Amino acid sequence: MINYFANPSRFLKMTEKLLPWLVRLTILFFIVGIYFGLFYSPADYQQGDTVRIMYVHVPAAWMALACYVFIATMGALSLVYKHPLAGLAAKSAAPIGASFTIIVIITGSLWGKPIWGAWWVWDARLSSVLVLFFLYLGHIALSYSFENPSRGNKASAILALVGLVNIPIIKFSVDWWNTLHQPASITRFDAPAIDPSMLIPLIIMALAFFLYFITVLLVRIKSELTSQKIKSLNIKMIK
Amino acid sequence: MKRKNQRLILLFLALVLTSSGATLILIALEDNLVYFYTPTDVKTKNSAISGNFRLGGIVLKGSIREFGTVTKFGVTDLKSTLFVRYEGVLPDLFREEQGIVAEGSLSPNGVFIATNILAKHDENYMPKEVSEALKKSGRWKDTKPKK
Repeated sequence: MINYFANPSRFLKMTEKLLPWLVRLTILFFIVGIYFGLFYSPADYQQGDTVRIMYVHVPAAWMALACYVFIATMGALSLVYKHPLAGLAAKSAAPIGASFTIIVIITGSLWGKPIWGAWWVWDARLSSVLVLFFLYLGHIALSYSFENPSRGNKASAILALVGLVNIPIIKFSVDWWNTLHQPASITRFDAPAIDPSMLIPLIIMALAFFLYFITVLLVRIKSELTSQKIKSLNIKMIK
Repeated sequence: MKRKNQRLILLFLALVLTSSGATLILIALEDNLVYFYTPTDVKTKNSAISGNFRLGGIVLKGSIREFGTVTKFGVTDLKSTLFVRYEGVLPDLFREEQGIVAEGSLSPNGVFIATNILAKHDENYMPKEVSEALKKSGRWKDTKPKK
């Protein structure tokens, strides 16, 4: 199955067909999610309307982590099986993940100021997310810092795999150590600690972020493939 | 053995090594990674905690006293309590039984002199009506600090 879709020309054909629908779905989910988040969902009993930052902050955080796991997986596939598309996918996903991470940090500090009383604190959760942002930047820098793109892919894949240890640290930092950031609300062993009237807009927004990620990822991989084709054509013409 | 499988095993070994290395580092750093100490930590690890540090816990019910801009209150982790003196503007969420983090140092008479107060909020999100209904029906879960 992986081999079937990993054929670049087949991948391009599939992408052409899927993209228009993905774009429409993403826009639809964002409109519904933002409407629900801003108007339909209630204010929080403690935080009032400030809680609405959650509908951007939390999905962005989930996607920042998910995107990193995706990049590390693609890195492993390209290191072990030398799949050309896997390296491209990792390279294309890194800037998207970095933007999700910067969104998390900005919305988090906008949330932190009114509720905690501080834009930024050096607790384990916030610091480990900052490390994630630097890992993304390192990944982007490494994949472009070699003359030969396949060497860049290799180096960035190794960085991505080493940085993978940071993901459980981010996730469990709020349980392992005393942090200012509160523990998880949704992935708990008992029922989620979020009222359904707030959980529904959160899930819609999470799906919107996920669809956005897939859409932009496909567009970026497509353009990478096209630019590779142009490069190889240029080389042929010179010869 | 095929090259592919060799690389797979190598990758697997590298992952095991990096994660166990990271685990060892985190265990070694344990005490430095906490953002705040609880009143119990302060009493039991007295020698290790000195100078400026952060104290976290729940504002003791009925302990808030205000003298102009100065506020005095107790911070508890339900096992032991420390009293805090703070001069300045308190965050909006500051109230009885709210989780807070105070930055400052311990004075010789055992009162924590705070220079900054941060409010901690819990992981529960719900509209006001639901929280009132829960309190009325007696199913309200009190937030307890960890440890």
